[in-house]
Amino acid sequence: MGAVITLEDVELRHGGRVILSGLSGTVDTGSLTALIGPNGSGKTTLLRAIAGLHPLAGGRIDRHGVSSADTALLAQGSHLDRSFPITCRDVVALAATRVGAFRSIGRGRMAATSAALDRVGLAGMESRPIQALSAGQFQRVLFARTIVQDAKLILLDEPFTAVDTATTQLLLSVVHDWHAQGRTVIAVLHDMDLVREHFPHTMMLTGQTAQWDAGLQAA
Amino acid sequence: MLNFLLEPFTLGFMRRALAGCLALSIAAPPLGVFLVLRRMSLMSDVLQHGVLPGIAIGAIFAGLSVWAMGIGGVVAGLAVAVVAGWLARRTGGREDSQLAGMYLLALAAGVALISSQHSLDLTHLLFGNVLAVDDTALFGMAGVATITLPVLALIWRPLVLESLDPGFMAATSGKGGLWHLIFLVLVVLCVVSGFVALGTLMSVGLMMLPAIAARHWSDSLAGQVRVSVLLACLSSVGGLILSYNVDIPAGPAIVLTAGGLWLLSLVAGPRASLWRQAMPHA
Repeated sequence: MGAVITLEDVELRHGGRVILSGLSGTVDTGSLTALIGPNGSGKTTLLRAIAGLHPLAGGRIDRHGVSSADTALLAQGSHLDRSFPITCRDVVALAATRVGAFRSIGRGRMAATSAALDRVGLAGMESRPIQALSAGQFQRVLFARTIVQDAKLILLDEPFTAVDTATTQLLLSVVHDWHAQGRTVIAVLHDMDLVREHFPHTMMLTGQTAQWDAGLQAA
Repeated sequence: MLNFLLEPFTLGFMRRALAGCLALSIAAPPLGVFLVLRRMSLMSDVLQHGVLPGIAIGAIFAGLSVWAMGIGGVVAGLAVAVVAGWLARRTGGREDSQLAGMYLLALAAGVALISSQHSLDLTHLLFGNVLAVDDTALFGMAGVATITLPVLALIWRPLVLESLDPGFMAATSGKGGLWHLIFLVLVVLCVVSGFVALGTLMSVGLMMLPAIAARHWSDSLAGQVRVSVLLACLSSVGGLILSYNVDIPAGPAIVLTAGGLWLLSLVAGPRASLWRQAMPHA
């Protein structure tokens, strides 16, 4: 098990302000890591930087050959326009790996889409417009979309916020599936009980630096 | 009654205007649907004012040639769209006062330029003149419609994905900006091609009003596009009849008709209308 991500002296800024500096460490291939820390400590920014979506103010992030097509980022769902006239099936199918702009969405991809919606407990709701969904159901759709992306590196930003317990349990089982399949998962989380129970590794951002696999016992 | 409806179209210029407006009615409203979905309704405002200085400059350099004014309008429209897009992105799309500043500036500049040229009639440029729809203007409208529909069909999927979730698009392919730019070019072409018949201030109306009204008829994207085209065609026919019989410019007449259909949809449409909200189970 080699490293999938190596951080070397990473510095991140947001709007000119330094939010993280001197951050180094590695994330192993196939590991399941919770990214924790107080609000404003730079968790989302770090996640976006790992996905290659936020420029580094200093240092280096080595993704060891994992391309952006092999990376899935589930951003906080609230950024997405929920009134958009589109069905659950289409949201998921549009993300199927490497469909691109013009390639046809064949029977295989539609099957993968249905299977993913099944997995998150939305069987039979394929044709429902997303504006008719509850917050929890919508988060399930986003998880189904992440499933069909079939990525080696999966980054989740507060995936269980505004989601009820039953949905959280179901979505956690999806996360464990990914882990069992050897995919690397990093999730930004706030619920420490959940982190202790389900995440073998943690990375805690405090102030401007990070602590690896620490802080849990004390918490 | 039949006379009232058919008489306008016994005249050649009215038939040309009708053909041109129907062509635009097929091409422009689908773009309007995407503008609404992308929360860029204000962008259409910026565009309709922004093309005016370009048209004026085209006319100053080459006289009253539809081509010169059209090219000037397209160049100015694209410039305004790109700058407005940059301003909106810089502030995360939350700040629209800069867009308002831009279109006020553009409108004032356009009116000043046009007023300095005695050969140009400001009312015709702003609100349209069906008498001026010559073959060039007609081919312009039909040509733009012919380009717009296939291009929109080609970029449909990435445009849907980019409108739904630009962050996801950026993370997975990183080419969101390209589709956005192609889309803006189509919007500018449609706004500019309609200016002879409808006027620069009004041609956006045929794009936006049917698109806004369509939200009250369908909750699927394809459904909204179909309804918007139907409403725009009705507005074109109805507006031209109104324009002829009441003797008002074609642009305002068509936009008034489209506006009436929008109000009707808002009040009594089958989805998210006032009637639906008052009686959810009716």
